[in-house]
Amino acid sequence: MRHWKVVAAGEGGQGVQAMAETLALAAYRAGLNALYIPNFGIEQRGGVSLALVQVSERAIGAPKFRTASLVVALSPRSLERTAGYLGPETVILYDSSLVDAPRISDRVVGLQSYDTIAPEAFAERISYHDQRMPVRAAGRGMVALPASDLARQRLHPRVFNMIILGAVVSLTGVVELGAVKGALEEKLNRRFRQDPQLKEHNFQALELGYARIKETMAV
Amino acid sequence: MSELSMPRCWNRETKPHSFCPGCGHGLVLKALGMAVDELELAEQVTFACDIGCSLLAWNFFNFPSLQTHHGRTIPVMVGLKKADSKRVAVAYMGDGGGYSIGLQHLVSTAVRDDPVTVILVNNTVYAMTGGQMAPTTLPGQKTETTPFGRDEAETGFPLKGPELLAGVVHPEAYLARGTVAQVLRLKKTIQKGLETQRKGHFAFIEALSTCPTNWRTNAAATWSFLEREMSDYYQTAEIPH
Amino acid sequence: MEKAVRKERRVFMTGNEVVAWAALAAGAVHMFGYPITPQNEIMHYWRRLAPEYGRGFLQTEDELSAGFTAIGAIIAGKAAFSATAGPGTILFQEPLSMAEMMRLPLVLVVQQRGGPSTATVIYSQQEVTLACFGGNGEGMRLVYSTASHQELYDYTIKAFHHAWSYRFPTLVLGDGYQAKMREALIIYDPAERGWEAIPAEPILGPERIQGGGRPLLHLRNAFSVEEELAEVLREHLDDFARAAPELVEYEFTGEPGAEILVAAHGIVGRAARAAVEELRAEGRPVNFFRAITLRPFPEEALLEALRISGGAMLVVESAVGQFGRMARLAVAGEPLRSFKTLYRPGVGIAAEEIKEAVLA
Repeated sequence: MRHWKVVAAGEGGQGVQAMAETLALAAYRAGLNALYIPNFGIEQRGGVSLALVQVSERAIGAPKFRTASLVVALSPRSLERTAGYLGPETVILYDSSLVDAPRISDRVVGLQSYDTIAPEAFAERISYHDQRMPVRAAGRGMVALPASDLARQRLHPRVFNMIILGAVVSLTGVVELGAVKGALEEKLNRRFRQDPQLKEHNFQALELGYARIKETMAV
Repeated sequence: MSELSMPRCWNRETKPHSFCPGCGHGLVLKALGMAVDELELAEQVTFACDIGCSLLAWNFFNFPSLQTHHGRTIPVMVGLKKADSKRVAVAYMGDGGGYSIGLQHLVSTAVRDDPVTVILVNNTVYAMTGGQMAPTTLPGQKTETTPFGRDEAETGFPLKGPELLAGVVHPEAYLARGTVAQVLRLKKTIQKGLETQRKGHFAFIEALSTCPTNWRTNAAATWSFLEREMSDYYQTAEIPH
Repeated sequence: MEKAVRKERRVFMTGNEVVAWAALAAGAVHMFGYPITPQNEIMHYWRRLAPEYGRGFLQTEDELSAGFTAIGAIIAGKAAFSATAGPGTILFQEPLSMAEMMRLPLVLVVQQRGGPSTATVIYSQQEVTLACFGGNGEGMRLVYSTASHQELYDYTIKAFHHAWSYRFPTLVLGDGYQAKMREALIIYDPAERGWEAIPAEPILGPERIQGGGRPLLHLRNAFSVEEELAEVLREHLDDFARAAPELVEYEFTGEPGAEILVAAHGIVGRAARAAVEELRAEGRPVNFFRAITLRPFPEEALLEALRISGGAMLVVESAVGQFGRMARLAVAGEPLRSFKTLYRPGVGIAAEEIKEAVLA
């Protein structure tokens, strides 16, 4: 398998860290080398929350890297914040219920296309995307998923990040979905026991994100 | 007991001690020695002294003794006591160490009610370093850094340690001020401080003391400064809290 | 005292959690701590776990107090430690210098953050000079720079043993990345790897017998005359020099005829190792050196590594030459073909950057 270098970014409260940590834990449980590091700087207060995860069969070097194989962006600002991690091979998974698909020119793979995303784009999101919007590849290496809308309409807003995680698993194939469920049970053991519906929602969210990507890729 | 006799727990090999003639440290350490002897605590006591003149007490006694850094004697004894609660921990320091550079330790230890006994010698000056103003220097008193007399408008009023701590200590803690002018009373005060520690509480004793070297006083003037000026400003008593 | 780790097992933890478990497993008895990021979770985990295993914790009023209370516990014969970072490491120089003078086995874990001043709570390798040579002394400290959670566990355990065996203050130098990141490691009962109980004993008291069969009752760090100090220091410096060959640790991979030696320490060593491996895979003969002990510094090993590497060296660190100066000094007498540096003060270094620096 390839050495996956994942950057996930989102607004505080979107559950980026929990998602990243669960992915790393699942990979660890599956016997792979996994390294997760949160960006815990000033950003953790009211800014973009950033998480780096690496998964590999081989030993993992530095916790930080320059070019990601997968960028997961959950808000417009997150796309800006992660722009520096993009390379020609980077796959971008983004929440299309919040973010307009950035247009990428084949000639200009890099920062420029993301600098054009103004915060106002955020305001337009609700009217722009409807809940039936299919997952689509919006450009080279771009994968859109209206995870926030799906969560709100189908399950529960709080499991939004698990839809994204399901999609990440589907895109990367680093672990089986079952391993992620196992990791989640390990992490949330007590809360799952107190609230069986929470477990149900989380697992459904994982499956939903996973299936959506599989469908898209099959198209 | 005559004041000329030596407490049993004193280390005879280091006597006569190396404090200046007329210095009050010898009397405070005598009161401590007698208190330890009478309570038969010599086997349990660990003694730590600060920097400043108090460091000259590092080999003064027969019980385990160590000299630490300026102001850090209290935390060393707190750590020692945490690690070995059977020991009786005595932290010995001057007014600079306790009230200035190490005040955060004194206050925090008092707040936590750590079972240690702190003895602080108040001679109104930084003596070892050549007689600078201390937190305890009296208004108008001349020192090397207040050559025209301590100006309280600029430097504030002398700090009253036990009274300061009265607002934060546990009800069972012990706060007192004694004086080397009354060694036997000081001994009793220190005994109460040691007993308080053995009951599991914090004890603090300030001892008014003398420094003829830096005060530049003869015997009569030294005694007069202690008995009049200092005793007028600093109440020698157990401090209610 | 109840054992904290009985059975060997693979775990997935943050570095701060690793340190807490390592200290518990080693048999440390007491932690004295003061909050500062990024080491806080060492205290948090220790505080929660300690009562289960009969260990103690005190949150002190500042780092000075954390260091000196630990010293008090050590004098009473208990393995005590603390953890800190950045400005806290500055304050810790005071207890560390006393520990150096009085040969007290104070163990301190430092999770380096950006500097100078408050700077960042995130990461750096800028506390190397402070860890090795802070204080008004001669740097008689053991300093381990770790590069993985496994090493964080191994060397925290080793720190307690070597501190008490050699009687020098001992630091485990991690960083904010190591503190916060999660990765796998094996935790184990140190006794099963030959680390029996920490050889702790009261430093001061009737039970401590010194030369001439007399109990050690009086301990000081202040001396009246120069010669008195010189005599004491000579003894300590001799001890340090004698112990150095037993203590130095490093990692070297390489072969004669390499085009360059990449030298680093700590977590940057991981990036350097990854860069070197990629370069080798691309057919470039590049050697790799990572210092594990920064005090004592593996001078001879580095010199030998440089010779094998044809006299060309690239030093990489997340600071401006704190490690580089020690490396340069170690090879001072050697004719150098080239001495390149990649210094990124307070910023993480990725393998890609190191590759570029080698190829530049």
